[in-house]
Amino acid sequence: MHTTLLLDMAADAAPDRLALGRRGDGLTFAELQRRARAGAVALDALGGETVAFIGLNGPTMPVAIFASGLLGKPFAPLNYRLSDADLGKLLARTAPSVAVVDDDMLARLGALSGVVLVSRSAFDAACLVESDVELPCVEPDIGVLLFTSGTTGEPKAAILRHSNLTSYVISTVEFLGSDEDEAALVSVPPYHIAGISAVLTGVYGGRRIVHLEAFTPEAWVEEATAEQITHAMVVPTMLGRILDILEARGAGLPHLKALSYGGGRMPQAVIERALRELPHVDFVNAYGLTETSSTVAVLGPDDHREAISSKDEAVRRRLGSVGRPLPTLELEIRGPDGEVLPAGKSGEIYVRGEQVSGEYTHKRVVQDDGWFATNDGGWMDEAGYLFVEGRLDDVIVRGGENISPGEIEDVLREHPNVADVAVLGLPDDEWGERVAAAVVIKDGVPTAEDLADWVRTRLRSTKTPDVWAFRDALPYNETGKLLRRQLRVEMGSVGQLRPAS
Amino acid sequence: MELKPGSRWKSAVCDTEVVVVRTPKTPVSLECGGQPMVAHAATKPEGLELSIDHAAGSQMGKRFADEVSGIEVLCSKGGAGSLAIDGQALGAKDAKKLPASD
Repeated sequence: MHTTLLLDMAADAAPDRLALGRRGDGLTFAELQRRARAGAVALDALGGETVAFIGLNGPTMPVAIFASGLLGKPFAPLNYRLSDADLGKLLARTAPSVAVVDDDMLARLGALSGVVLVSRSAFDAACLVESDVELPCVEPDIGVLLFTSGTTGEPKAAILRHSNLTSYVISTVEFLGSDEDEAALVSVPPYHIAGISAVLTGVYGGRRIVHLEAFTPEAWVEEATAEQITHAMVVPTMLGRILDILEARGAGLPHLKALSYGGGRMPQAVIERALRELPHVDFVNAYGLTETSSTVAVLGPDDHREAISSKDEAVRRRLGSVGRPLPTLELEIRGPDGEVLPAGKSGEIYVRGEQVSGEYTHKRVVQDDGWFATNDGGWMDEAGYLFVEGRLDDVIVRGGENISPGEIEDVLREHPNVADVAVLGLPDDEWGERVAAAVVIKDGVPTAEDLADWVRTRLRSTKTPDVWAFRDALPYNETGKLLRRQLRVEMGSVGQLRPAS
Repeated sequence: MELKPGSRWKSAVCDTEVVVVRTPKTPVSLECGGQPMVAHAATKPEGLELSIDHAAGSQMGKRFADEVSGIEVLCSKGGAGSLAIDGQALGAKDAKKLPASD
């Protein structure tokens, strides 16, 4: 099934409903459909086999997604925050292509063989031109090419087919199931899978999409208030900053009904604070990957409420889980030899389902039987709640023991003087790897010995970091992913290290 | 009829259109309003009428599935005819509504 059919259906059933933008000057579904068609005609004339997009969020982005879809050309949004050199390298990989580029970013790009550049303003203007040119009839194939963030190496180009994306949308969203006054605030960038899926699920569900050009907590709160936003998705680092602004301004978010979060580990203290300060809001934790067309497991609003009010430790800890797998797919935890593990045992998370692509431009990593190894470690409790421990690449192997950094980070975050923490493995001649912690301190001056004691009494000595670095801040990318590789390099330089004893 | 995933079909006797979400395990005839559906790009045959036995209507956005053959279709345009497989009415699937996560 073709993603443009999602728009055609919405435009057919609710042509005059607002699809994009602000209440005062937004675009209706019929207008979005018209612009996508005109945009497709314009892009077709420029040739290329892929449509790259380099720019901020806004109505141009959904128009370009559907215009690319109409032409059967993959839509490839690129990370404009990369250095000019890295951005140019990624763009070169899309050739032969047409690239829609924000006007003020054009100067960053040199001439590239096989890439035709068109400014965003020129593309926007072309989308307003009425045309009766017949578009070629195309079989849907690759819908989106998304470059992974590359926090652990060269960015990989993940392939999402129209069939993966539409399967995700129609199995998780009810067609025009949203009330007409609902609006979703999208603040994840266009090159993030959640930014893509937000457009597709928003259109099919009939929920107006308001794009925040780029995230700041102030702008988010102002837009959410002005546009009476009812739904939003944020990454964990955004949520804490939003709560700070609300607290400082003594403001609430009276229209907000649901707030979903994902894309990284949510600190327990932040979600507990959010539940306390925004009691009328339904919180949803969503776990997913680029390669799975977004969400594969959700911790729903009732799960949140049940967990926070429970006295049962097993129920309470589910606040730190990503909930249960979607009913439309299968999920297993497997051990190193591929064996399926029982509840309570840690292993690698595998998923299978129609929304799972598991494909990159250079290789297909999904197995013949459809199972995709996520490279995420995790375990499930007796009731089927999934706990994600982080990337398997990040697991520390110390003297043959697998140690999950997330578990140690969680314990350290509970320390009253720890503001932020990252745990990682550093090379060690004796143990293979040793456990190292980078800590950001607030209020007070705990020593490495204090923190080591804190971990030792709650976990065990093999999980207690041997190396401690105290820092002003940890390095994150703009979508809230910790840059572990960078941190590992920085901590490898001996000057910063402080032995525990 | 080759009911490939993603293939689009239209009713011969009303406005109904569907897209195949899941292919049947065995060959079946996909019908609407009592008549076999035709490929989306094809011309509708003339002179056919909606059967009153298959006139309960189809609703846009609903998914219809048959457990025996495994076929599932999404109604992309509603119409007066109802959907069937080999004369047997297709049941609408209950949408498993999930909390919004995007």
